[in-house]
Formats: sequence, C-alpha cells, structure tokens
Amino acid sequence: MSSHDDVDSIKKQARAYIKVFVGLMILTVITVAVAYLHMPVGMAVAVALVIALFKGTLVAGVFMHLFDERKMIYWVLALTVLFFFVLLFYPTLSEWDQRKL
Amino acid sequence: MEIPYNVEARPDTGVYNAKLGIWLFLASEVMFFGALFSSYILLRTGAPVWPMGREVLNVWLATTNTVVLISSSVTMVMSWVSLKLKDFKKYRLYMGLTLLLAFAFLVIKGFEYSAEFHHGRFPSTSTFLAIYFTLSGLHGLHVIGGIIVNGYLWGPGAKMWKTEPERFTNRIEVAGLYWHFVDLVWIFLFPTLYLL
Repeated sequence: MSSHDDVDSIKKQARAYIKVFVGLMILTVITVAVAYLHMPVGMAVAVALVIALFKGTLVAGVFMHLFDERKMIYWVLALTVLFFFVLLFYPTLSEWDQRKL
Repeated sequence: MEIPYNVEARPDTGVYNAKLGIWLFLASEVMFFGALFSSYILLRTGAPVWPMGREVLNVWLATTNTVVLISSSVTMVMSWVSLKLKDFKKYRLYMGLTLLLAFAFLVIKGFEYSAEFHHGRFPSTSTFLAIYFTLSGLHGLHVIGGIIVNGYLWGPGAKMWKTEPERFTNRIEVAGLYWHFVDLVWIFLFPTLYLL
C-alpha cells in the first residue's frame, strides 16, 4: 500500500508512538499546572487552547497517521475545519448586535 | 460479491474505502461536537455568572481520566502495530488493554457523576451543569460505542485475521481512528469544563 509496510518502518513508527505518549503525559501535567496560575480569563482560555491544540495535533498527526496521509484526506479535513469554524461562530455572530461589552 | 478496495487503495482517492469512509464520519462528528462547544461558548459568554469548573467538579478524577484515555489511544495504535508485525497475540493484549482502559474511564466517570448527584448537582441545577452533563455525557456515549466496536474486534470479529489478515488490520486502523477522535474530543473537553 505505501512505504509504511516494512518491518523496520513499522518499528520506527512504534517508537514515535511511545515518544508522543510521553509528550502527551507531560502536556497533561502542564495543562493542569498552568490552570492553577492566576491570570485573566482571556489569557487562561488562550493558553489552554494552545496546549490543547498542540496535544490534538500530536494525536491527529502521529496516532491518526495524518502527517503522512493522502491529499484526499487533507481535503476532507480542510473543509471540515472550515465548516467547524462556521458552526462555532455562527450562533455568536448571529447575536452580535445583542452583545454587551 | 466481494467488496472492492478494502485492502488496496482506490486509484482516485489514494486510500482504501474504509479509510475515506471513517474520515468522512469523523468530519460529521466534528460538526456534532463543534455545535456543542459552540453552545458552551454562547451560554458562557451570555451568562451573568459562571462558575470555575474546579469549584464545582472534581479536577483530579478528570485528570486521571485524561491519562487513562490518552493511554488507551497508545494501546490502540500499538494493537494495530502488532497486526502489521503479524503478532496476533500482541494484538489481543493491546486491544484488551484498550478495552480495560476504556472501561476504567467509564467507571471513573460513574464515580464523578454519582458524587455530583450526591451533592445535589443535576443537569437541571444550573446552566453550567446542564452543558457539563450534556457534553461529558454525549462524549461518554461515544466511549461506549467505541467499547462495543473494539470489543467485537477483540472477540468474534478477530476471526477475520485467519481468512483476510490485511483487511482485518485495516479494520483495526479504522477503529483506531474513531478511538483517537474520542480521545481528541476529551483533550479539548477536559480544560474547557474543568480548568477554565
């Protein structure tokens, strides 16, 4: 199917999975630790999001093999991301004139 | 009649059919959870008061669950690696571990929920609790779905390893993609509900 099928490259991938696992554990500790620092809400949200995005990228890129997937899958995801942001912001934007700053 | 492209890649998509299929399904799941996260944002920004998750919920149980679920993602991908290396016994071990960890997640969630009910905290108690139970409950249902699929692939479904090993390996890869997604949702859910 792809260059991924020989034993050595599978074993290399397996080592990468373990490394990512360790990385994710460290990031989880950081996520909780950072949450107990005192900072304004906006900053706390931004920091939590950045860490979560980083963890998510590791899971998606390595565990879900996205870092070396085919173009078709990237297209499906690009459209998904676009529509996700539409969905995320649509309710908020439709009420924009009602906001209290 | 044989189903085409369950092992070899389809020339126009570049992947075997089930892989495209599961990514399309995950795209729909992104819409599902995206709508719920969006509701959370709208409810929280529109509320006059909103508690900090850690004042209401048990952060340590949830942190444990985060470790449990991430670990289950690793054991899941290792079960696929085992099949790629033609080691069926290791596959059974890793998939079994994945199932155990998934059950552990649900058990811990069960303790969490019952503690909250014990303190008189129900979905009807406040908007925060309503969206908390909705988000975490629907995520939990996805965990149950994964347990059913993975349980089948560990048990009766594993018969396919003897007749069509490559197709079975692809089934594990596809089930793994779903499982990693469930983990991904939790990675965002955990800080959103418990830490912010």
